[in-house]
This record gives sequence, structure tokens and C-alpha cells, in this order.
Amino acid sequence: MSVCLIDDNPEVGGQIWRSSVQKGVNAAASKWLLRMQSGRVTMRTGWRVVAASSTRGQSPAALRVEREGQYSDIGYSALILATGARELFLPFPGWTLPGVYGAGGLQAFVKAGLDVSGKRVVVAGTGPLLLAVAAGLRAAGAQIVAVVEQAPFRRLAQFSVRLLFGHAGKLVEGLGYGLRSLGTPYRTGSWVTRVSGKECLKTVVVSDGSRTKEMEADMLAIGFHLVPNTELAQLLHCELEGGYVRADALQQTSVERIYCVGEATGIGGVEKAQIEGRIAALAVSGRIESAKSLSSERDRQIRFARGLASAFQLREELRTLAKDQTVVCRCEDVNHGDLAGCRSWREAKLHLRCGMGPCQGRICGAATQFLYGWDAPQPRPPLFPVDVATLGGLRVDREEGPP
Amino acid sequence: MNQFFAITINGRAVTVRAGTTVAAMLLQCGAFSRHSERGEPRQPLCGMGICYECGVEIDGRLHQRSCQIVCQPGMRVITG
Repeated sequence: MSVCLIDDNPEVGGQIWRSSVQKGVNAAASKWLLRMQSGRVTMRTGWRVVAASSTRGQSPAALRVEREGQYSDIGYSALILATGARELFLPFPGWTLPGVYGAGGLQAFVKAGLDVSGKRVVVAGTGPLLLAVAAGLRAAGAQIVAVVEQAPFRRLAQFSVRLLFGHAGKLVEGLGYGLRSLGTPYRTGSWVTRVSGKECLKTVVVSDGSRTKEMEADMLAIGFHLVPNTELAQLLHCELEGGYVRADALQQTSVERIYCVGEATGIGGVEKAQIEGRIAALAVSGRIESAKSLSSERDRQIRFARGLASAFQLREELRTLAKDQTVVCRCEDVNHGDLAGCRSWREAKLHLRCGMGPCQGRICGAATQFLYGWDAPQPRPPLFPVDVATLGGLRVDREEGPP
Repeated sequence: MNQFFAITINGRAVTVRAGTTVAAMLLQCGAFSRHSERGEPRQPLCGMGICYECGVEIDGRLHQRSCQIVCQPGMRVITG
């Protein structure tokens, strides 16, 4: 069996195991990297999957990948999708100002070489990622002005109790981040209502529903937990369930010989991703009994993922932050005031160009679902903007429906 | 990694540590990667190649996602 790893990023490791300019390769990742090197895994980093070269069981099954204007078709007899997740961004007045970054986004920039020492940073939004980001930024020399978590304290406390009983590993992790954040205000049940500044961020306004507080900051790292990257799976006709790729106990999707692991099947962090990755690898290589022996650990991780989703549910107030002039689609500068009058994603796309920019609705799509209750946009090839030459010779499945 | 070299951003030379992405360098310099449809300055947002706010011209190629591109000696970066 030959194995090829295709990763859009310049290096493998995704987000959690992203290597850092300052500290080098992530220690947990390096063990796997060494195994891959000695196990003859072909690594294709910096390559993006833009389309399926054939679909619905037509043979040969292949993926079209692109890198710097060159493309290639990679055939496979089995495919394991580990497409991860992206942050959910919700619009509010001033969110497009320079100085406002994703929470995971700012962490990624720091690992990619950005020096934040001495910068005053507010970390806001929702999810366990906020504590990890705050700890990482502080270790990199930033001054954390506040961590602003929209989930109410009561719900977080319940989540911690479940952590205690079910997932000792994660509790330790959470406490570690919490302890390192000591001395930094951790405001629960609070959210950023707007930010202001001329050309870049100066002030962050936070509310808890009754009182507001203004804070001066150089940077705002804000994200509202994670949204699974399901576009490639959808393009390959894998069925979704509740917005995630549906996978059975052996991580097989609804399409034979296509497996899916990690965040795309449910947001559960690095431990869930690892156990599911191992299960899929064992299943693909025919070691079914070994794969099944990992199922109780997998079930624990899935329960943790469900706990995460319910602990960090978004509150209603977050739907009311955007004003008429607030941009919702950043690529095309489409305002909330214009979108609120549309009845569907399709209408917004066709009449206002919302979602027709280069991000293809990845940033605004989930926000519009939350704000207006629209259905999720359906992915169509190419999955990313590509050179025209890459489109040549691609067979388009006749059964693909309207957008 | 302790190697350093120069790239240019809008013609101006800056010193970069090896391994740094172009987007991280833009942020380090306080530069805007682009301006939006209605002229607002923008900087990279997501850090993972999805939002395209980081799109810049690199060595003559347009719309490069600078958060996914590691700086190379002599690189010429032009912002929008």
C-alpha cells in the first residue's frame, strides 16, 4: 500500500500541531513525522484539492490538486479526509478593522513569525480555544487585557464537571491554561459589541447584557468556536448529519472507500482527531478488529465533542450586533442591511454577490446561517479559486444540482 | 531557525527571520494586505488560507495567499 499525504499548508500538522518559527516542530507531531519519513509516505505540502477528477464511483477515482499554478491528478483506492475546521466569525461594527484577527488566526500568525511582545490583546468569542490562545499569546510576550467568553458561567461550570468525570486529560489541559491566565480578567457571559479606531483598532467595547466596558487594545483575537470544513466531502457526495460529515464506527462515510476523521466529523480537538485517524488507517489497511478495539476511546471523544458544542452554544444577543452598515461578506463588501432583506443564500448570492468572492462563502456562510437562518451554501468545483488551466479537462458530474 | 534575510514590501526592504510567512511579515510591519471593494484597509484575518484577506502580489503573481507562503530571500511583495 502506498500512502500520499496532501496538505494545503506549507507544513503538515494542521492548526494545533502547527510548527512555530520560534520553537520549531511541535513535539507531539515530531514523533509522527519521523514515522512518516521512515514509512515512505509521499508528502505533498502546499497542494490544494480543488476538484474531484471523477465522482460517484466512476473509475479511476482521483483528486485534482493545485500548487502555484500547476495541477496534478492523484488517483486513489481509498481516501481519508482530514479537512479540519475553521473559526466561526460573526460580524459586529468594526470587525473588519486592521487589528481584529481570528483567535486561532492570531495564534497562527504568531507561530508563523509575528512578534506580539508588548501588544495589548483582548481575546474574545467562545470556546476552549480562547484560553489556549490567551496562554499562547501571553507566553509570546503579549499583554492579555481580558478574555471575553460569551457562554454563561453556569454552563461553563457544568462543562468542567463533565470534564472531571470523563476526560481527565482535558481537565488538566484546561486547568493549565486557566492557571496561566490568572491575573487576567476572564469575563464570562460577555461579548464584544463593537470596536473602533481610525484605520486600525484602538478601542474594544464589551457588554454582559447590563453593563458595558471600554478597553484600549492593539489587537482583538476573536472567534466563535469552530465550523467543520466539509466542502470536499460534500463534493465527493458524502452525506452530512447536523452539519458534520457522517462517519461510522470505522470512520467510513456514506461513500465507499472514503473515510473522514477529526474535526470534520465533529469538533473535538486533537485527541479525537488522533483516535479517529488511527481507526481509519487500521480500517483502510484491513485490520478491522484492531480498529474496533479503539471504539470505546472513540466514543468518549465523541461525547466530549458533543459536550463542547452544547457548552459553547451561541447566545441570541450575538445576532443583534451587526448594524445596517456592518459588512457581512468581506470579499464583496455586502452589508447586513442589504442581506437582512434576502430570503435565502441563493438570493443573496445572485442579487448582492454575497459569497461570490474568493473565500466562496467560507467566512460569511456560517455567519449568515446564524444571522438569517439560511441554509448552508453548497460547494461547487473548483473548491478554491484556480488558474484557468487547472479547470481544463475536468469532468463535471452531470448530476450536480443548482447552487 | 536563526537565519535572516531581506525581502521587499512595496519596494521597501525589511529583514525577515527564516520560516516567517509573508502575512506574518506584513502584520509585523503594520501593513495592510489589501483594500476592500469600498476602499477599507484590510489585514489577514483567519491565518489558515481561507479568508483571502491576505491576498497580495508576490514576485509578479497576483492573489497569492500570503499566510500560506513562507518568505524567501529577495521576495518582492506588493500590497493592494
